[in-house]
Amino acid sequence: MSQATLRVQKISGHAGSVPGEDTQRQYTVAKLIDVTTCIGCKACEVACVEWNDMPFSNTVFDNTYQTMPETRWNYWNLILFNEHEKDDGSLMWLMRKNQCMHCADPGCLEACPSDGAIIQYTNGIVDFQQDKCIGCGYCITGCPFNIPKFNKETKRVYKCTLCTDRVSEGLEPACIKSCPTGCLHFGSKEDMLQLANSRAKQLQEHSNYPNAGVYDPPGVGGTGVIYVLHDITKPEIYGGLPSNPSIPWTVKLWKNPLKWLGNVAMLGGLVGLFVHYLKVGPKAHDEEPDSREGAKP
Amino acid sequence: MSGQAQHVRPGYVLRYAFHERLWHWVAGFSYIYLLLTGLAFWSPWLFWLAILVGGAPVSRMLHPWIGLIFAVGVLQMYRMWASQMNITQADKDWFASVGHYIQNEDDKMPPAGRYNAGQKSLFWGFFVCMILLLLSGIVMWLPEYIPWSWRYLRYIAVLTHASAALLTIGLFMIHVYMGVFAERGAFGSVIRGEVTLAFAKRFHPRWYEEITGQPTTPRK
Repeated sequence: MSQATLRVQKISGHAGSVPGEDTQRQYTVAKLIDVTTCIGCKACEVACVEWNDMPFSNTVFDNTYQTMPETRWNYWNLILFNEHEKDDGSLMWLMRKNQCMHCADPGCLEACPSDGAIIQYTNGIVDFQQDKCIGCGYCITGCPFNIPKFNKETKRVYKCTLCTDRVSEGLEPACIKSCPTGCLHFGSKEDMLQLANSRAKQLQEHSNYPNAGVYDPPGVGGTGVIYVLHDITKPEIYGGLPSNPSIPWTVKLWKNPLKWLGNVAMLGGLVGLFVHYLKVGPKAHDEEPDSREGAKP
Repeated sequence: MSGQAQHVRPGYVLRYAFHERLWHWVAGFSYIYLLLTGLAFWSPWLFWLAILVGGAPVSRMLHPWIGLIFAVGVLQMYRMWASQMNITQADKDWFASVGHYIQNEDDKMPPAGRYNAGQKSLFWGFFVCMILLLLSGIVMWLPEYIPWSWRYLRYIAVLTHASAALLTIGLFMIHVYMGVFAERGAFGSVIRGEVTLAFAKRFHPRWYEEITGQPTTPRK
């Protein structure tokens, strides 16, 4: 994984500050997926497998055009096919390219206990460093999008890198490069949002999709992958895209207040017991000032 | 269980038979391993603890297995001791005067049997926490087998596991402090099995009466 021009802004399981934090500013990058112009050709799936040099993965036929039910440790990019019945009874075919969303507040990174196993670059890319992964699977629990996948052989977790290696060299991700319809775009988050909003407006005004909108969920601080949807009020119909994703509250509770409370209690307990020993000391036996073994008369 | 009665030196009484001591240490040593590796996963500031016991990936692999051994140890202690651990009215009285116990004014304490109310609480605390840790631990052991629709199991497990572990750490600190530092002779009882008659009379008067048939001297 080339990190040539990348700077780190968040490190999982890291004690203390982030080295080199704020020494360099970078554009936050984003992928824009316009599901309204996706034709489900799966070129992005192939490009992802090819570029990342992934081994062959068996497909699973599930009565749809979908390659398999969900992403795998070696299949990071999957088009989800859904047949949706509109209010007027007519049928609509929804295709959504599913992959890591590269959250600004990544639940995987928050949950990870291993120093440096998950890092977020200043350009917003969230990347797993498998050499530092301990295989605990906390990231699987922290992720609101069901993205990190465990490899039983290597005991490590894998997911989309947003082609960090390509992006750091000034190239677009492999999936973007392969898209034949132009439904995939890559650039700065700012530019992508602008493009997405103008497309949503176009859909509202010219294509009879009054609910068209941009999916950039604030619950995870916004994402590095944004969608243009025909109907922003019902993201669930696109293969279960959560309408208001956030890091699970139990994970937040565990990693923030409980951790502080626990650490204070443990330290307090140690200090308390030590002070008790200094002040009150050991318990005396009635008829024996020192009844330790061997001291018995 | 123990084939022959253990030889006890004069002036001593047998407090823990061999099998009681053995299971206690099965649980004890496995707990210490679980504590070190668990704390490593708990806080980045303690991640180095995992290095001491072979590195974090090894710790992640062994922690669940050692956890099973710990569960067996605690279950065995449950089998051996649960019937002696019922909380009685005397125990409630004991708790009411726990302030004296903390101040080492043991002569002002209501007489305890083989186990005082504090020890009974420790026993039940560890037993309940072990069950919670075991159930949540199994979920955390193999998160990749929990389907997405059952993800709430994982959400509950991570919080339960950490909370129950913190409770056991509190119990463990008090247990080690009492057994090693505060109550001289207690540590020997779980190694050699014996305590002095004076120890039994002082800290467990009703148990002393039971095993010796002699009444304890009138209390001050």
